[in-house]
Amino acid sequence: MFDDLETKIINQLQESFPLCSQPFAKLAEQWQTDEQVIINKIQALLDQGILTRFGPLYNAEKLGGAFCLCAMQVKGQDWDTVVSIVNGFTEVAHNYQRQHRLNMWFVLATETPEAIAQIIQQIETQTQQKVYAFPKEQEYYVGLTLSLS
Amino acid sequence: MMKQLSATDKQLILATQAGLPLCAKPYQQLAQQLQLTEQQVIAKLEQFIQCGIIRRIAVVPNHYKLGYTANAMSVWDIDDDFIDALGEKMAQLPFVSHCYQRPRHLPIWPYNLFIMLHAKDKSTIHTQIQQIKQQLQPHYQRYELLYSSKILKKTGLRLNP
Repeated sequence: MFDDLETKIINQLQESFPLCSQPFAKLAEQWQTDEQVIINKIQALLDQGILTRFGPLYNAEKLGGAFCLCAMQVKGQDWDTVVSIVNGFTEVAHNYQRQHRLNMWFVLATETPEAIAQIIQQIETQTQQKVYAFPKEQEYYVGLTLSLS
Repeated sequence: MMKQLSATDKQLILATQAGLPLCAKPYQQLAQQLQLTEQQVIAKLEQFIQCGIIRRIAVVPNHYKLGYTANAMSVWDIDDDFIDALGEKMAQLPFVSHCYQRPRHLPIWPYNLFIMLHAKDKSTIHTQIQQIKQQLQPHYQRYELLYSSKILKKTGLRLNP
């Protein structure tokens, strides 16, 4: 399903990408290919949605911002309306439907910690439904990368 | 707490948060755009990595498209006295991608430990759950497994520093 170069890009570049003048040339040397071939391949993987991002992954908390996982219990007849209201907030970074009484789970990313409570309140007002907040109290370090065999 | 960021820092963050330019010299291209030198851009990004503003420079795959279609959030009701020790232990498991302590919302939500699992099928998830159970005994009361059935939205983080 994935060729050798795609597998290398996905497995190795999830960990880190070189920070030097010609990073693709450096990879090309290691992988014995051409830098333009790598560039084109990454572009193709992005275009196909196999990669969702390429670049620096910022830690919003270090920039003064905040994250908060939230959940809602949304009834079937309200589902589409609530999805469009919640997704309409630019502060909603991810939103997943999950199989549970709490069936909508989303992550808020805001520029200030105070904004989390404000956005939650706005969502509650607009949807007329309760938002359960699950702020992170402790993060246990992990370093998983998804591997292709 | 807002870190002290210079005007240049902010410009660099704004220019790169959607991604790096896909060209042979991406840092040089950023430098031109921001009227800096390539060396300044590289040094600044290195500094951001060192202080944790940037977690890493990398590619982010879509789990589903890699065949990791079973993505489960396992949630556990753990005795408060043991949660830190057990959280650290769970984070060491090779199939765990995130592990967090979060608040309970009684009565609807008694769970305080969230462990994210990824696999190519549900039977693998169940094997992982058995392993977790063994390690958490006797300090968990109950657990649930929430599968994601649909991505409703997934955008990268957008900051406006």
